[in-house]
Amino acid sequence: MATVSMTVNGKAVSGEIEGRTLLVQFLRETLGLTGTHVGCDTSQCGACVVHVDGEAVKACSALAASCEGAAVTTIEGMANADGSLGTIQKAFQDNHGLQCGFCTPGMVMSAADLLKNNPNPSETEIREYLEGNLCRCTGYHNIVKSIQAAAEAGA
Amino acid sequence: MPKDTGIGAPVTRTEDVRFATGKGRYTDDFTCMGLHYAYFVRSPHAHAKVTGIDKSAAEAAPGVVAVYDGHQLTGDGVGNLICGWGITSKDGTPMNMGAWSALATNTVRYVGDAVAVVIAESLEAAKDAAELVDVTYEELPVVVTVADATAAGAPQIHPEAAGNQIYDWEIGDEAATDAALASAAKVVEMEITNNRLVPNPMEPRAAMAQYDAGQDHLTLHTTSQNPHVARLVLSAFYQIAPEHKLRVIAPDVGGGFGSKIYIYPEEIVCLWAARKAGVPVKWTADRTEAFITDAHGRDHVSTAKMGFDANNKIVGFKVDTQANLGAYMSLFSSSVPTYLYATLLSGQYNIENIHCNVKTYYTNTVPVDAYRGAGRPEACYLIERMMEKSAKELGVSPAELRRTNFIQEFPHQTPVIMAYDIGDFNATLDAAEAAADVAGFAARKAASEAAGKKRGIGYSCYIEACGIAPSKAVGSLGAGVGLWESAEVRVNPVGSVEVLTGSHSHGQGHETTFAQLVSDRLDLPMDSIKIVHGDTDTVQFGMGTYGSRSGAVGMSAIHKALDKVENKVKKIAAHVLEAAESDIVIEGGAVKVQGTDKQMLWHEVGLAAYTAHNLPDDMEPGLKEGAFYDPTNFTFPAGTYICEVEVDPDTGVTTVENFTAADDFGQVINPLIVGGQVHGGIAQGVGQAMLEHAVYDADGQLQAATYMDYTMPRADDLPMFKVSTHETFCPGNPLGIKGCGEAGAIGSPPALVNAVIDAIGTDDIQMPVTPQAVWKAIHG
Repeated sequence: MATVSMTVNGKAVSGEIEGRTLLVQFLRETLGLTGTHVGCDTSQCGACVVHVDGEAVKACSALAASCEGAAVTTIEGMANADGSLGTIQKAFQDNHGLQCGFCTPGMVMSAADLLKNNPNPSETEIREYLEGNLCRCTGYHNIVKSIQAAAEAGA
Repeated sequence: MPKDTGIGAPVTRTEDVRFATGKGRYTDDFTCMGLHYAYFVRSPHAHAKVTGIDKSAAEAAPGVVAVYDGHQLTGDGVGNLICGWGITSKDGTPMNMGAWSALATNTVRYVGDAVAVVIAESLEAAKDAAELVDVTYEELPVVVTVADATAAGAPQIHPEAAGNQIYDWEIGDEAATDAALASAAKVVEMEITNNRLVPNPMEPRAAMAQYDAGQDHLTLHTTSQNPHVARLVLSAFYQIAPEHKLRVIAPDVGGGFGSKIYIYPEEIVCLWAARKAGVPVKWTADRTEAFITDAHGRDHVSTAKMGFDANNKIVGFKVDTQANLGAYMSLFSSSVPTYLYATLLSGQYNIENIHCNVKTYYTNTVPVDAYRGAGRPEACYLIERMMEKSAKELGVSPAELRRTNFIQEFPHQTPVIMAYDIGDFNATLDAAEAAADVAGFAARKAASEAAGKKRGIGYSCYIEACGIAPSKAVGSLGAGVGLWESAEVRVNPVGSVEVLTGSHSHGQGHETTFAQLVSDRLDLPMDSIKIVHGDTDTVQFGMGTYGSRSGAVGMSAIHKALDKVENKVKKIAAHVLEAAESDIVIEGGAVKVQGTDKQMLWHEVGLAAYTAHNLPDDMEPGLKEGAFYDPTNFTFPAGTYICEVEVDPDTGVTTVENFTAADDFGQVINPLIVGGQVHGGIAQGVGQAMLEHAVYDADGQLQAATYMDYTMPRADDLPMFKVSTHETFCPGNPLGIKGCGEAGAIGSPPALVNAVIDAIGTDDIQMPVTPQAVWKAIHG
């Protein structure tokens, strides 16, 4: 066992890990941040997307040890300071961009990454960017609309 | 105020706040003191005898508390898995059901069949130890397809099922249908397959079992669409614990699509192991485990003949279907290719003579059961491919052939049990044609051709049956359960309202739509209403959510309970305000005497009911009413889907250019949510039609068992959808609801395949119409 330290959603955290502990396990099991989900074993579904030092990362494919000293943001860190829904989260609610909610944290984190790098994406750019995030409920229609609405709202 | 949250309003979902912030709580998010983890040792062979299991090395591994096998499970009296719907073959014999133990004992029958379970302090320790369990197998010959199962000298999968046949069932009048076809001016024939699919809700199945020795009580958190049914089956058939000593909690559930209806071996084993090992046990499927253990869907092979008279009216329809039900009979597997399939073979059309013969077989593959649509997609695909093929052979437009044969008068009794109550098939076809700009198709096709592409348009006029269904009727057809729903409405002393429903939401938004019904009836704001579901200790009882039944059946139960609440509220107010009950109205957060300024605020009525200081003499205190609602008929959602595709003949790649849906779901409670259901259903239907296929090799190994291999629809595979609704209210339930959960998955596959066929000019192609399949169809 070794100790890993990082900043998660602005808070300094540390915990005991094995060498093989994945970032997603550290977030879910050690820190209890269960908003980051695991939907597959092959880094295809994107339910586990978080931001590490400002970059979107699939937390099922990163070792916790590799995030030593990093600044990690999870879905739990995406709401406004007063606890109300952040711009992207609100856009998902307003546009019915989620149903069962399981893919939603990854979708919101990916959307934030897209909009950071491309504030006004076209529908095609949104669809192509979401290639790494699977949703089985929405047919993506309202997810695309949500991201378009978030872009319009200046997210 | 609350009218903008009533029936028909596009209310944004209240549950979204927790889901969008990562505060949803799914089964795998739960933990407890001393939690241990289960990992299953699964058969790598599709068919083999188990000649030995050496657990000693695994038992000695670090962190391991127990390693159990099937002999211990059956030795403890845990019952075999059941199929809850008995089908009788046409010769009067009951279906041939083979034994299915939650942990295999002497024989394994599919890759993934569990033979042992390791319980350890950590998942890693359990996985490491599972590799040390030494199972010796003696491999047996393998049956993968129906053709394999029916071949001369085929290996026997279950001793109870000679020739691997489960049943040989029929519906309709064969002699009359044969005669009608013999007299027909034109008979169109086709062979058609309906590809095997994996449901793939994004949340993998999971179970956490806790045993409280002091209370002799078990608690199961699980990914279930129907926790009360799970408790009933676990108690009555698997002898896990009596119902009063077993609590089943289905918390937030990340999609189901049918695959979370069933009670699987893993839940049974976790409960049994938690008591036996004396530690809480959690199991969460990894994705490949989900692929090889979640019940699959579809997998039919059919031949069909449709006869037409000289006026292009259908005179007869004859279908022979063979269905692959996998290695064991899953909970409702038997009903899917029979009563949920062949009863819909009349489609939207007036057909006097229909006959369908269905033979089902065991194979060495994952058990097959209901997946979104369950039988109705298979029926719809068959009929709507047939209509398009027939139109081409008869030289009329597909729309015209459909209109010629539409049922126009309701109620309409089909020759295959179903009595359609209401519909307007021309209205949805007209609406879809207008929205799809069918008039402009020729110009778009010309433009595609100028660019070296092929363009096609395809229709699908679907009808399905939802709500399932009157309990007496399904009982007479072999169902082991009733299919009613229950509700309890509690008005608290402070006036807030809790609704306890037996329906279960796993993405459908019940916390919003059910609250809209209460808001509408009691004129209360949404934030004073709570919808409670998914816990057998909290909710009185329930049959759960599948078959698009939560609106038509679940909300009807709430409606009935609200009738009783409203009645009592009016009695209390009439008594307190000294007015006639008939003059009392509920509006604006108050209970008023119409035409006067006399009123009680809503919470004052609640308080009056619970203080009981001033109630009518014969009235019991409290304000809480329950109801059970048993549907009077199936409901019949119907509509038209039109798909337009462009095909690149050089690569075989199909692009979905337009997808238009015009649906009749009866009363719409929340158009935002209904639209979302249609979008998601179409995506799954398009997935079936052109992307998804659970392919097995000849050894019974599932070749598509990860997201690297099984082609899930992704955002860049799909267009924006044009959806609209056109309501004829269902006369069979008090809210006029038909149901919208499955229509998209039912109606869309034939629309897409018909469009591809129209584009490439040959119908020698089966689903999924992958680029390779399309290229081969074009180039031979």
